[in-house]
Amino acid sequence: MNILLIFINAMLVNNVVLSRFLGICSFLGVSKKKDAAIGMGLAVTFVMAMASTGSWLVYKFLLEPNGLDYLKTVAFILVIAALVQFVEMFIKKASPTLYEALGIYLPLISTNCAVLGIALLNVQMELSLFGSLVNSVGAALGYFLAIVLMASIREKLDRVSNIPKSFQGLPITLVTATLMAMSFLGFQGLLK
Amino acid sequence: MLMNILIPVAILSVLGFVLALVLGYSADKFKVEKNPKIDELLFVLPGVNCGACGYAGCENYAVNIANSGAPLTLCAVGGPPVAEKIGDIMGVKVSTVDVMVAYVKCNGDCNKSKDKYEYHGLMDCVSASALPGGGAKSCSYGCLGLGTCVKVCDFDAIVIKDGIAIIDENKCTSCGACIKACPKNIIESVPINSRVRVACNSYDSARDAMQNCEVGCIACKKCENTCQFDAIHVNNNLAKIDYAKCTQCNACVEVCPKVTIENILMINKAKRDKTA
Repeated sequence: MNILLIFINAMLVNNVVLSRFLGICSFLGVSKKKDAAIGMGLAVTFVMAMASTGSWLVYKFLLEPNGLDYLKTVAFILVIAALVQFVEMFIKKASPTLYEALGIYLPLISTNCAVLGIALLNVQMELSLFGSLVNSVGAALGYFLAIVLMASIREKLDRVSNIPKSFQGLPITLVTATLMAMSFLGFQGLLK
Repeated sequence: MLMNILIPVAILSVLGFVLALVLGYSADKFKVEKNPKIDELLFVLPGVNCGACGYAGCENYAVNIANSGAPLTLCAVGGPPVAEKIGDIMGVKVSTVDVMVAYVKCNGDCNKSKDKYEYHGLMDCVSASALPGGGAKSCSYGCLGLGTCVKVCDFDAIVIKDGIAIIDENKCTSCGACIKACPKNIIESVPINSRVRVACNSYDSARDAMQNCEVGCIACKKCENTCQFDAIHVNNNLAKIDYAKCTQCNACVEVCPKVTIENILMINKAKRDKTA
């Protein structure tokens, strides 16, 4: 597969949140404020790029030669959890404001199925190292796009619209997410 | 055969070990200097993260005490002992506050206040109270006894006995979860050393109260007239005690014809049983 195709496919056509339905928890949790959403999106991008590179290396040089294909889920969880810990320490040191903004959601990345899902997909699609890096950055940017769009919509919803009481909060968010997923379905025609 | 097991185990162990080394090294490398008082404060705080202080958990409260001067006595769970310890750490003398406990203002159990109809819905007071008449109980102000407060209590302090909620004051931490959860607004925060309390929440007129419950307040004002300390007053058909003025003399308990006012040290338990 051509690199550009992989990128477009990961970012828009098979958007990690809106088509594959991975990483919904943080997608709903951190999309209240645009600033936090941008921070979360960047953190996920960073973790995803590192995690897929790390897990690709572990798979290629440790698991595959030894015929331990079946261990990939466990090994990837280990790699991702360690990476998230590392990123958390790094952000705490480098940018306390971002650390405050991400709050409890940063540790949530370690159990974010989007990160694990993309790492597993890379292996499944038999991509090269560069290919899997492009795929995961594309997917992460797709996540970034989805969560920032969602946060912008939610900010606007809170400010200007008169939502019926029974729909306030999570219900309207889920309805919004549904409509977004439906509109992203339009990208399916992009690749044939 | 054995190698098939040992090799994967070894590989995963080595992987885990290497990652642990990296993390350990970077934990040291990226260490952030934080206020050492935060850890001390965290040690004395209860650590249940109930949020009764108004902050997002104990750690957040500790950070706010240490860095931005949050009030020291907000921890409802720890109460005065914890407030004192916090004061010691921060080098401030803390004036201790009264310990509060939650109290269910209802004594109308299944035998004293009968049901109007049979309720077969969800075992949840909020849904039951949405039904006609505010639930099945004759008294529309009374405890429904379906245990919504029991479910929200993190400290296992509430039990339902004979259809009304009873709070174990030794376990109650005054976190306020049940007070918020009760759809009848029947649970109140009272000082733990106030032994004389009005066990009724009914604003029904005397006639209705008499019909609906054997132990409901009928607003006869005997208590108000008996009290020498101006501590109990009947407003809107319900007696209410001003705990700041009450001297716990038991005069109102003795005089109450419906045994609505109780001394929770169970002096009037016998009397109530006799009436029933």
